[in-house]
Amino acid sequence: MHALESKKRTQTVLFFALTVLCAAAFLFPIAWMLSTAVKAPEDIFTAKPELIPTNWQLHNFADAWNAQPFGRFLLNTLIVVGVSTPFAMLSATMVAFGFARINFWGRNALFLFVIGTMVIPWDVTAIPLYIQYNKMGLINTLWPMILPGAFGSAFFIFLARQFIMGVPRDLDEAAEIDGCNRWQIYWSIILPLCRPIVVVIGVFHFVWCWNEFLTPLIFINDQSMYTLPLGINLFKNAFNIEYEKLMAVSCLSVLFPATLFYFTQNLILGGISLSGVKK
Amino acid sequence: MKLTGERMLGFPFSSNRGDDNMAQSGSELAPMKRSFRRKRLRENAAGLFFISPWLIGFLLLMFGPMVFSLGISFTEWNMVGSPKFIGLENYIHMFTSDPFYFKSMIVTFKYVFIMVPLQVVFAILIAVLLNRATYGIKFFRSIFYLPSLIQGVTLALIFSWMLNDDFGPVNYMLELVGLPRVHWLTDPNVALYALIFIALWGVGSPMVLYLSALRSVSSEYYEAADMDGAGPIRKFFNITIPLITPTILFNILTSLISAFQTIVLAFVLTGGGPANSTYFYSLHVYRNAFTHFKMGYASAMAWVMFVLIVLLTGLVLASSKYWVHYEDDGGGR
Repeated sequence: MHALESKKRTQTVLFFALTVLCAAAFLFPIAWMLSTAVKAPEDIFTAKPELIPTNWQLHNFADAWNAQPFGRFLLNTLIVVGVSTPFAMLSATMVAFGFARINFWGRNALFLFVIGTMVIPWDVTAIPLYIQYNKMGLINTLWPMILPGAFGSAFFIFLARQFIMGVPRDLDEAAEIDGCNRWQIYWSIILPLCRPIVVVIGVFHFVWCWNEFLTPLIFINDQSMYTLPLGINLFKNAFNIEYEKLMAVSCLSVLFPATLFYFTQNLILGGISLSGVKK
Repeated sequence: MKLTGERMLGFPFSSNRGDDNMAQSGSELAPMKRSFRRKRLRENAAGLFFISPWLIGFLLLMFGPMVFSLGISFTEWNMVGSPKFIGLENYIHMFTSDPFYFKSMIVTFKYVFIMVPLQVVFAILIAVLLNRATYGIKFFRSIFYLPSLIQGVTLALIFSWMLNDDFGPVNYMLELVGLPRVHWLTDPNVALYALIFIALWGVGSPMVLYLSALRSVSSEYYEAADMDGAGPIRKFFNITIPLITPTILFNILTSLISAFQTIVLAFVLTGGGPANSTYFYSLHVYRNAFTHFKMGYASAMAWVMFVLIVLLTGLVLASSKYWVHYEDDGGGR
């Protein structure tokens, strides 16, 4: 009996050690980025790289930031994120409410169709959209980045629908008896209850917008309209060898999503699991 | 449907005053029927209203553009002047006289068929590991998820430095254990695998799904297996894996679709090189469309890719009835 228990304990310790080791390996690139960002140039190209720098150069961040109009790029990114995120949250829950609660004609088939649109590759729509935006004079504006997410993307609708299906129908019915119409039920009963999934959608959308490279690459040529990812790419091509500055900028670009994630991690990681259940 | 009907019978006229008036007049059945029809109409209108954001977005940003894209795929057009109809020539050209087309197709298929299975396996392994952890599951879950927040250019930058030939830490570590340095991003035989390796850093997001699937597996199954004297490996393959097959299906579908369209890492890190070894299909489409402005040809290629993705997704879905196991009692939540 005793032997069995000690064997079990060794196993637990072993698994824990393995977990820690894997986690360290996963975090290493981030640690390496942080470490390079504060190194002096002469400490970067050494035969024996060190993880913890001896000579800290915190001014790398400011230097890198000022080497390109990153303030402008950040502002553009924040406009895109700031305008489209509220719409993304609202439209996803609204459409999801329609699919979860209203018995309209062809509902289930249409929902499958919505899910099916996830299969459409960007390649198919990007070319005609480029032509369309070109005609409408929207090239070199932030609209092409704001619009697609704002109308409710399939994945978010799916997540929100899963969530709303879990909300007891009694609440709707009680409200209906009290004389609420559909919009009032959505707005004052379902939406407040949806807060966790709304946060999840908001954070996902934020991260997606924040990192999105292809859309601005296609629709924006004017540097004053660049978002952060394009700016960083520009920076990369201009300063091919100054790794400390590249890493400093990378740190700054990771900072926003990472902070957001830090404060919402339990909601996010719990919320994603919704998408795994069934279907 | 059923629920609405029941509600109609239970308190049919409470929700709308118009119906109330009708109930007073005439026979019982006719107004019931009429109000039922009205109710359906109202349901349809309400449904349309609530899904209208998606519908408008779909029509303007997907359906319209797709029809247009299909149309110009039969034309030659460089955006100056008007498109010239050339029938199936674009489609014939890509299969008969565009050497880069097949190259990019092979690169993409290689990437998809190596990346997707590896991602599934790694995600499951890490999830199993975390599920066994006694302390700090939530903490480790966040750590493994964190890298998937880093995408696109930043991801490319970090790894261009990690995989630097002479001064990168990966090669340094290889050297420490006595292995030769690898030219990760400049050796045509290696570059594609380097990109796969980088993409796998984002394994945390499917892993989180597996972890929650694992945690919802009832311990009764394992207890029963213990009684039968099954070892850990048998338990893993005969209980754990079958019970998480719905998640595996979801993971395969989503990463298959996105892997097919992959472009950003190659665009930023390798530009399709060295020797076109990372020249993805999407990169070929992008170059033709936005560098050479061959809008017709690029649209034709995009449509072939779309059909390929639909076929492959359909194949996976069709196969799923042979290997995906759904629990009947709808548990899991």
